[in-house]
Amino acid sequence: MSFYIAIIDYGIGNLKSVSKIITYLGEKSVITSDPEILFNANGIILPGVGAFGDGIKNLKEKGLIPIINGIIDDNKPFFGICLGMQLLFTKSYEMGVNKGLNLIKGEIRAFNKQKVEKIPQIGWNSVTFQERNHFLIKGVPNNSYFYFVHSYYCMPEYEEDILGVTQYGQKIFCSMICKDNIVGTQFHPEKSSKYGKKMYENFISFCKK
Amino acid sequence: MVLTKRIIPCLDVTEGRVVKGVKFVEIRDAGDAVELGKLYDDQGADELVFLDITASSDKRKILIDLVERTGEQIFIPFTVGGGIRTVKDIKKILRSGADKISINTAAVKNPIIITEGANIFGSQCIVTAIDAKRVYVKNPKDSPDKKVIELKDEKFCWWEVYINGGRTSTGIDAIKWGEKAQKLGSGEILLTSMDRDGTYDGYDLELTKIFSENLDIPIIASGGAGKPQHIVDVFKKGKADAALAASIFHYNEYSIKDVKMICKKNDIPMRI
Repeated sequence: MSFYIAIIDYGIGNLKSVSKIITYLGEKSVITSDPEILFNANGIILPGVGAFGDGIKNLKEKGLIPIINGIIDDNKPFFGICLGMQLLFTKSYEMGVNKGLNLIKGEIRAFNKQKVEKIPQIGWNSVTFQERNHFLIKGVPNNSYFYFVHSYYCMPEYEEDILGVTQYGQKIFCSMICKDNIVGTQFHPEKSSKYGKKMYENFISFCKK
Repeated sequence: MVLTKRIIPCLDVTEGRVVKGVKFVEIRDAGDAVELGKLYDDQGADELVFLDITASSDKRKILIDLVERTGEQIFIPFTVGGGIRTVKDIKKILRSGADKISINTAAVKNPIIITEGANIFGSQCIVTAIDAKRVYVKNPKDSPDKKVIELKDEKFCWWEVYINGGRTSTGIDAIKWGEKAQKLGSGEILLTSMDRDGTYDGYDLELTKIFSENLDIPIIASGGAGKPQHIVDVFKKGKADAALAASIFHYNEYSIKDVKMICKKNDIPMRI
């Protein structure tokens, strides 16, 4: 089958905006929870908005957790966005404690109201890259702005998993992650105009290698 | 590096084309909605808002086709409002590709729609739009159930909520309604001054400021932008999180980039 990106359908969030940007960039995408279609894809995107607990519950109910683990074992390019990135972590403290996929060691924590402006953070904020040679940020100037909507942030255990950081109020948090063929963004690149488009382009190019 | 203030062009639409009502009555045509949206994205708009201005009064359905086309071509967040009455309407618009919906009349008549919408789709996509108009009073004691503010020149006023596209007064205090909308689960407030809308005289800074100070959720100020300084003022003096404007951009008086450069010179954090 020809090149396509699979967007994991787990009954949560607006998956359509992700598929639309891939179409706009001239490539094919499939929104699916079918294991075969996922395993045959050239790259995988796990989007999502909403609560961590609901996200994990839905992945479990659809039998997607072993499939995601298999995809990662295959070293297939994998892009987690917003909640989709947070779900890759060990655990989250959003509304109780929930275990995540544990593909990235670390935790998801709530912003502290004393240290930030308003919760959730809604709007455009800049990302400072911790590494300049990563494929996802090729052609994207350092400190470019991206669109964020979130109340929780990730804390990777290992510094090498941090690709970008962002300051909100007095808090500096990890806004981009990378580990082997896994990448993730707290912001929504599909809503971040030209540099968001550039990241999708970079991800697609990487999937073609 | 901080969270930036947002500049949001508003496209009042009817049948897929942009119009701008001056004080909600006189209407002029300003072009195709998706084309204009793309132009604004290129110029650096932080979001877009589509308001179907005929929908609420004429019971017309939202232009789903426009929402679909926008989502296919424009990659910044966009909000759709006008004539949304039920959770089913909300679902339809979000499924068509909008990032947020704004509700005005329906939320006043049936506030629980905010909570229902937020529970299903998340607070981040529920924007409560409030059309507010000043009611001047001689003495605050005359309106004990209203949040009366002292203005300059020893004048007093409170703000009344209007619905049905600004045609129907409700007697409801706008600030109290805003606080309630926040409690019910609204993610943002789109606050329009009916006194200023279409006047080019600048935003109602007192109104914007009192909302920003009383609410924790972001306030999008609307109504009255006629020149870049008005936008600077609504951020600095009105403490708004975002400024919405229409005419100033539609007729090429100023580009979004012009306005953003002026804001930046005034030390307002901007995505340029």
